[in-house]
Order: sequence, then C-alpha cells, then structure tokens
Amino acid sequence: MPPDTAPANASVAISDVTGIKELTLTQRLFASQALWVTVAVLLIMGLMSLRYPDQYGTEENFYNITRNFSFIGIMALGMTAVIITGGIDLSVGSVMGVVGIVVGLIMHAGKTSDSFLYSWYCAVPAGLATGVLCGLFNGVLVTRVGLSPFVTTLGTLSIARSAAVLLSQNKMIYEFGYSGQQFFDIFGGQFIVANSVWLLIIMTIGFALVLNTTVWGRHLYAIGGNEHAAQLTGVPVVRVKMQAYIFCSLCAAVAAIMLLGWQGSAINALGTGYELRVIASTVIGGTNLLGGEGGAFGAFVGAALIEVIRNGLILAGVDSNYQGIFVGGFIILAVLLERVRGRKRE
Amino acid sequence: MSVLQLRNISKSFGAIRALTDVNLTLEPGEVLGLMGDNGAGKSTLVKIMAGNFPPTTGDIMLEDGPVVFHQPVEARRKGIEIVYQDLALCNNLSAAANVFLGREIKRRFGPFNILDFRAMYEQAGQLFGELKSETRPHDLVRRMSGGQRQAVAISRTRLSNPKVVLLDEPTAAISVRQVAEVLDLIRRLRDQGICVVLISHRMPDVFSVCDRVFVLRRGRKVAEKPIADSSPEEVTGLITGAIHAA
Repeated sequence: MPPDTAPANASVAISDVTGIKELTLTQRLFASQALWVTVAVLLIMGLMSLRYPDQYGTEENFYNITRNFSFIGIMALGMTAVIITGGIDLSVGSVMGVVGIVVGLIMHAGKTSDSFLYSWYCAVPAGLATGVLCGLFNGVLVTRVGLSPFVTTLGTLSIARSAAVLLSQNKMIYEFGYSGQQFFDIFGGQFIVANSVWLLIIMTIGFALVLNTTVWGRHLYAIGGNEHAAQLTGVPVVRVKMQAYIFCSLCAAVAAIMLLGWQGSAINALGTGYELRVIASTVIGGTNLLGGEGGAFGAFVGAALIEVIRNGLILAGVDSNYQGIFVGGFIILAVLLERVRGRKRE
Repeated sequence: MSVLQLRNISKSFGAIRALTDVNLTLEPGEVLGLMGDNGAGKSTLVKIMAGNFPPTTGDIMLEDGPVVFHQPVEARRKGIEIVYQDLALCNNLSAAANVFLGREIKRRFGPFNILDFRAMYEQAGQLFGELKSETRPHDLVRRMSGGQRQAVAISRTRLSNPKVVLLDEPTAAISVRQVAEVLDLIRRLRDQGICVVLISHRMPDVFSVCDRVFVLRRGRKVAEKPIADSSPEEVTGLITGAIHAA
C-alpha cells in the first residue's frame, strides 16, 4: 500500500466525522421524546398557572408537585437501566414496601433502647442492603438461571410484599425511636424544594453521565441492542445485567427511605402499584421497552409529566379515581409513539 | 512455519458426530476457502478455531504450541478473530462503538474511567480508511448497508493485530456490488499478512480470492489443495459426493 494514502484518508474521515456529529446532535435532540415531554410539562404547568393562578401557580403547589414525583423519578432511573438492557422489573413497588418496613422496624426498636444499632445510621444502610438483596435475587434468577425478567420480578413483587406484611405484623410503624427526629429532618427535610427532589436531580445527572460516558453505560445499551453480539464480543453480559437489577432495586430502596422521611410512618402497603407509575414514567420519557434506547433525563421528565397531569386533574376538580385511566392511557400513547418512530427509522 | 494447525479434530454433540479426524494447516498470509454443504461441519470447525467450544478430541496448535479455548475471548487473545455470519453487531450503536465493543478505549477523568470518544472515533475512522470503506464512525449501524456492516465487523478484528481472521459466510446475504466490496476487504486483510479463512457457499467468491480450498463432507475432510489445481466443477463434485476425494 502506498504510504501517503493512509494519512490523507484519515484526515478526510475526521473532517467528515465532525460535520456528521453536529448534525446528529441536533437531530437527536429533536427526535428525542424526552424533549417533547419536557415541552409538554412546561406547557401544562404554564396553562394551569394561568387558569388557576391562586391554586396551581403557587410556590406551595410547585413544592408539592416536585416532591411527589421525586420518589417515582428516583425509581424510574433504576428502571431505565433495566429496561435499556431489554429487561423489566415489576418488583420495585414491593421492594419499596419491604425496605420501608425494615428501616421502620429497626428505628422503632430505638424507642425502648438507645443502642447505636437502632439509630438511622444503621437502619438506612440496612434498608439499602435489603434493596441490594432483592436486586441480587432478581438478577441471579434472570441472568444465571435464565428465567424471564417479567415472571421473575412478578414473583419478587409478591414475595417482597408478603415479607413486608409479615415483618410489620400488619401494623403501622409511626414511632421512630430516639433518632427519629434527625431522620425526618434529613430525609424528609427541605431546602427550597424537598430534599428528595435534590437527590433526584443529583442522581439524574450522575446516571446520565454514567450512561453516556462510561463503559458500563455503553454495555447496557449494547446488551439491549443485541445481547448475543455483546456476549460474543466480550461484554460481561451476566455481570452488567445483574448490576442493572441491583441498581434498580437500590433506587427503589433509596426512594423508600426518602418517602419514609417525608411521611413519618411506615406501612406495609408502601409503594403498592408504584411499578406501573415507574414503568410509565420510564417509557413516557422515551426509553424503549424492547431495550437499547433510553436515558436518565427521560425518566425524570416522564415522572414529572405524570405528576403534573395528576396534580392538574385534582386541582381542576376531576375525581381522583380517573388517575389510573390517564396513567394507563399515557403508557399506551408512549408505546404507540415509539412504534411510529421505529417505523420511520426502518 | 504454519500459523495454525488442527490435528485430528473430532467433535460430537451427544450422539451426533459433527467432525471426524479433521486435519488443517494454515500458512502465513494465505486465504483458505472452507467449503461444504449444509451440515458438513463448516460452522463447527470454525467455532472450534474461534474458541466457542473445545473439540471432543484432537489438538489446536499455534506457533507457540498447543492451546485449549473455552471462550471466544481466549482465542482472540491468541490472535484468532472471527466475523460471525450475523456479524454480531448492535444496531443501536454507532460504527465506532461497535468496533470497540468489549474493548473500549478509556481515559482518566478525575477519579473516573470514562470512554475516550475521540480516540475511538479516530481509530475507527483509520481502520475504515485502511479497508477503503465508506463507513463513517458516527453512523448508526442500523442505517448501514450490508457492505458497510461487513466493514464494521471486519474492522473489529483488526484491533488486536490478528494472525488469523475467520469469516463465516460474509457474502451470504448481501447485494452483488457489496459482495465485490467484501472480497476487496478480504484481499486487503491478506495484503497486510493476515491469514484468512473464508467460509462460503459461493463458488465464484472462493475462486476469486482464495489461495487454497478445503472441502468438508459429512464431517470429514475430502480435499485440501491449491485453488489453481482445482476447478468449480471439481469442488462441486467434492461437496456433493459425486467425486469421492481429491
């Protein structure tokens, strides 16, 4: 091969590349479902504020909306990781329940004893560990045993909820012992917006960076795109998928602790039905249920959209029992949109 | 000195005997056409060389002695790369991301290890350039033609400075113009001193790029000879069994 052709070729390729990169960036922005969902959220908030300035457009309502969707948003980040690999985790709501009860029970024991073991310093890590265990259980069954994620996590949904009921002996836990006040101040506290909202913002940025700039993030997308190919090219598929399920359950545990801090009581029904809202948020934000596509910001705005609509319906005086219809309708709409976009691509 | 040698390779899957006492030698810089009918054992033989599974009996010899592979990664470390028939590409990732899949270039960013996008795009661009392919590193594989996809899959094998590249039916599902492109890619690999094994059904492809032809029938070697000493008619006869052995 003549030696002078290679560098010439390379420079052409690079100039090609820079032109294309800018194009795809704008293209990607406009093709991104997350962007349009953001527009929708802002639009609804703007219109509602104009229509109901005294009830909707208040600082207090903004505080409520953001706090309400922060828990779902945190869980949706974990769900995004799992769905990008082409899986699903139906157990997040129940994991939330059992984590809430574990943390509540440990701190409740601090009512009669001032042992360090019963402070939130121990209760919170124990709650997170419970989450990790649930994720490990899901992950092992899905990756090592090869069960379908749907069925596995459906099983975990039932198991974890039962565990929560048994552990709590079907009682509500509302006395959080000697470290309770500090726990509420930290996890249920606020600085302009609720602390859980700050946590969601930090986690969204962090997870977006992980997805877009790390090998782990790249591998999540690769597994969702073509798991067999990823395996053949040396991607540690089993490990990465396992970690995705653990991360998902861990997010549910974090959300449970923040929710506990705000509500100040633990009931074994905590998080019932949340899996639907979490999956809806993820899908509305543009994460493809077939895997290989999705992002952290999408999970954030997806959760925001559901809450903004829910909140708007309540303030507009619509019976709250209609919520389920709207949430379900939006899931179907989001998947339909995905189908249309997918067709355009082919 | 041969690059790769298979000695008395046999492989059984339960009661099914896929390969019986196959011997194969690869010389440096040659293109070997591996031919045979469906079920003749081509894929099994290739998968043994690529490390997907070990043979039931027999040895694989590299320049520096015998080896045993249990995973494709092990064969890759020894300089044997494979391009699978389905190419093993992720449609949702860019060309560069696919080339470096599982072997990403990283750089330090504070306490973190992050992807070195620029290095990967540049290096992928160079590899595509060397193969004289029009493939662009930023393009999504989903939007690519069959020939471009082949270029991505073949570029992947060039990352490790391989000694042997195995191509499993690279021309089976693409257009005529793209077939010519892929055959050119094979010649470029050979020009760089890489030994290529081309598994193919297509007689014209094998006779235009290969130096030697190796024919399997029912798991046994029936011929291994220079392409110049053979003819498409003879090879067809060998594949179908009309000619017993050559």
